[in-house]
Amino acid sequence: MTAEVRFEAIHHRFGNFTALHKVDLTIAAGEFIVLLGPSGCGKTTLLSILGGFVTPTEGKVIINGKDMTHVPPRGRPTTTMFQDYALFPHMTLLDNVGFGLRMRGVGKSERRTRAQEMLEMVGLGDKASRRPHELSGGQRQRVALARALAVSPDVLLLDEPLGALDMKLRRQMQDELKAIQRRVGTTFVHVTHDQEEAMAVADRIVVMNQGRIEHCGSPEDVYLRPASLFSANFMGEMNRIPVTANGQNAQSPFGPIAMTMTGREGVLCIRPENIGFSGDVSLGPARLVESGFFGTHHRCHFEPLAAEGTRIVAHLPQGSQPGIGQNVELFATNAVILRDEVAA
Amino acid sequence: MRILSWAYLVLIFVFILLPVVALVVFSFQDGRLPVPPLKGFTLKWYAEVIADRDLMAALWNSFIVAFGSSAVALVLGFLAASGLARVALPGSVVMRGVLIAPMTVSYLIIGLGLLQIFNKLGLRPSLLATGIGHVVINLPLCFSIIYAAMGEHQRNALRAARDLGAREWQVLALVSAPMLAPALAASFFLSVTFSWDEFIIAFLLTRFDITLPVEIWSMLRSGLSPKTNAIGSLVFLVSVAIVVTLELTLFRKPRP
Amino acid sequence: MSIERFERKQGAALVAPALLWTLAFFILPFAAMIWMSLAHLEGREIVTGPGLGNYVRIFSEPSLLRGIRVSLEISAIVTVVSVILAWPLAWIIATRVPPRWRRLALLLAVLPFWTSYVVRSYSWALVLGENGLVMQTLVQSGILDAPVQIMATRAATIIGFIHFFVMLLTLTIYSNLVQLSPNYARAAEDLGASRLQVIFLVILPLTLPGVMTGAFLTFVLCIGDYITPQILGGNSELTLPQLIMLQLGRRGDYPMASALAVVLMVLVTLAYAACARWLKMERV
Repeated sequence: MTAEVRFEAIHHRFGNFTALHKVDLTIAAGEFIVLLGPSGCGKTTLLSILGGFVTPTEGKVIINGKDMTHVPPRGRPTTTMFQDYALFPHMTLLDNVGFGLRMRGVGKSERRTRAQEMLEMVGLGDKASRRPHELSGGQRQRVALARALAVSPDVLLLDEPLGALDMKLRRQMQDELKAIQRRVGTTFVHVTHDQEEAMAVADRIVVMNQGRIEHCGSPEDVYLRPASLFSANFMGEMNRIPVTANGQNAQSPFGPIAMTMTGREGVLCIRPENIGFSGDVSLGPARLVESGFFGTHHRCHFEPLAAEGTRIVAHLPQGSQPGIGQNVELFATNAVILRDEVAA
Repeated sequence: MRILSWAYLVLIFVFILLPVVALVVFSFQDGRLPVPPLKGFTLKWYAEVIADRDLMAALWNSFIVAFGSSAVALVLGFLAASGLARVALPGSVVMRGVLIAPMTVSYLIIGLGLLQIFNKLGLRPSLLATGIGHVVINLPLCFSIIYAAMGEHQRNALRAARDLGAREWQVLALVSAPMLAPALAASFFLSVTFSWDEFIIAFLLTRFDITLPVEIWSMLRSGLSPKTNAIGSLVFLVSVAIVVTLELTLFRKPRP
Repeated sequence: MSIERFERKQGAALVAPALLWTLAFFILPFAAMIWMSLAHLEGREIVTGPGLGNYVRIFSEPSLLRGIRVSLEISAIVTVVSVILAWPLAWIIATRVPPRWRRLALLLAVLPFWTSYVVRSYSWALVLGENGLVMQTLVQSGILDAPVQIMATRAATIIGFIHFFVMLLTLTIYSNLVQLSPNYARAAEDLGASRLQVIFLVILPLTLPGVMTGAFLTFVLCIGDYITPQILGGNSELTLPQLIMLQLGRRGDYPMASALAVVLMVLVTLAYAACARWLKMERV
């Protein structure tokens, strides 16, 4: 029902292009893990290697302690939920969901019972005799999930499964995926480029970039304590202020910052919602230049008095923004200083 | 402009339909020549057609060759399309080119080449030889129709089937073929039509057992006859019936 | 073995039967035919010393050279006239005929397309003969004093061909026309173009790639056809395919038949090259 997955030094090349650089990753049994990154970062390749659709140039895939690197998809305890669902258009939902069991030689009546159960689980029990084209996008997505789970895989692979849904439906499906994963306990490996989706469902997020793992940790970790400038940026909007070492502390264009740093140069990263009128790091006085109301917050552009031309973006709670041109003292929380990879 | 359009439409319809109308009308001619004036109505030419052993044998031969060669072309084309749509094989482009190539060559040339090879191999002109030739001309047709129908959606469904544990033959039989049913049917019936109507290859590659177009050809040598009109009309009516049936069923577009 | 190698092997296994079939029954005969075209006949024996004798003869013997010219002329005339007749027909059906009658009109316009090719040529022989429907009507209505001979002339061949290819081209041009957005015509009219200007400056150029494809197909099928010239044109002027069949039938001269077939292939290839270049220019 569930299994541990280990990637050992997975290296993969397509011709001259290296898609994965010696990737090591261990996924615990029953974990909901999200591979997150921009297109071309290698996340889908890694998923295909796990599913058995691609053999890595080097390295091993170990599922449940067994080396599966050269086993075809049929022989693996994994199933995939495809991006376009890949439902069989000529079969009813019941036959679609029962297909994997049929391939495993399960008898007709048992197969139908089990498929019906799976359809009930995703809330489509009353539509068993329909065909895929009669369903909405969200419903098809659920059938694909039911079909992949019907064979009780140890590991379920989800390849951008929510990409085709609209925003509202996507939120709803994220909640359902999470709930279903808790219920069945199967290891879920989910690929997406949407960081909000990643945070909504993951136990652990693996941020990937250019064939390497940038950061691997809980959503809070990855969002609040990013390990690299890339993952800090990719997870959401970020104020980036260049700083240099001044003794033990950091020196910004608008004055010293009460934070320790290693190395001579770095980037001070603060998320807009972590800037306000109180906090553990003082940013000094600044003037409000411009502001807009976004419903959940006011988006405000500040200019530090000590460094004209520099802009700091802050998201302030409803009703708390100062008037344009007013001077305030700004503070930050959850600030981190990261090495500038481009400069380094 | 309006009147001009309709006048043109009427004139060109007369041009297009004139020969077939004459064909059918004079198949009922009560006389020895299928030319005006119309002397009276009779069905005796149809009776002669049905009583003609050679003609009925040719009809049956055509039927066998058409369905046999189309079935072979369909299977070969389906397998090849499945193979080429699945993975980028080294030389995929060349293989596709080779498979499509016979489409660009005149039937006469294909027949001539086969005739020479079969002479060398000692394969006598026969229905089998003709059938082989018809597979050559219909294979590119089946392959390209089926290959074109295999979109990205198809590929993903096949991957999903494999992922769920289907063996290769199960993927082909349970997922691929049913999903491609319209393309398979279309290519099969088109092949049957082409083979049924094909003359020059059959003319070169048959001798004793001949197909219907070759039999009709030999009837032409004795000049115009209402009997030829009758068999021509029958062939025409059967083709139209098939086309109308396909039009009403297989190719019917859902009304928006 | 890696999964990709395994898949490639399976893919290759699936392609193999069709590929072998095409190699054995198309490529091989084709190569054999080219080889045969380099041989020659001595008495009734085929002597396979490779030589270009057949080709020299084709381009020096007037009767053979004339076949090439006749074939080219007929195919060119048929292609041009068929396009000129088919385009307005397709356009009228696509735009003038009320939508609910459109499919019926199209079906009717290509109805004889579905009858047997041999029978279709025979039908024209029936209609065009001296006692045929057309001549009798013309004479009886006083337009002509006596029947004019059409059968067994080039005119009969061309009429028979045009009949077939007008149907084929109407189908291709029609499908091209209905895919055009009606907004092109609306935009042109909106900008002040007259009906004719809309057709000649907007609609016609937009269908040109489709027309060219259809025209190429017409030319190729026309130049390679034996049935229509044989039934309708008779032996008055021999086309290339008729010459090929003549070599086979009368003397069993396979080498010469093969050489003529190679010439036919070359003509088709040249037509393709001309068309491809033209289409490419059109795209730029």
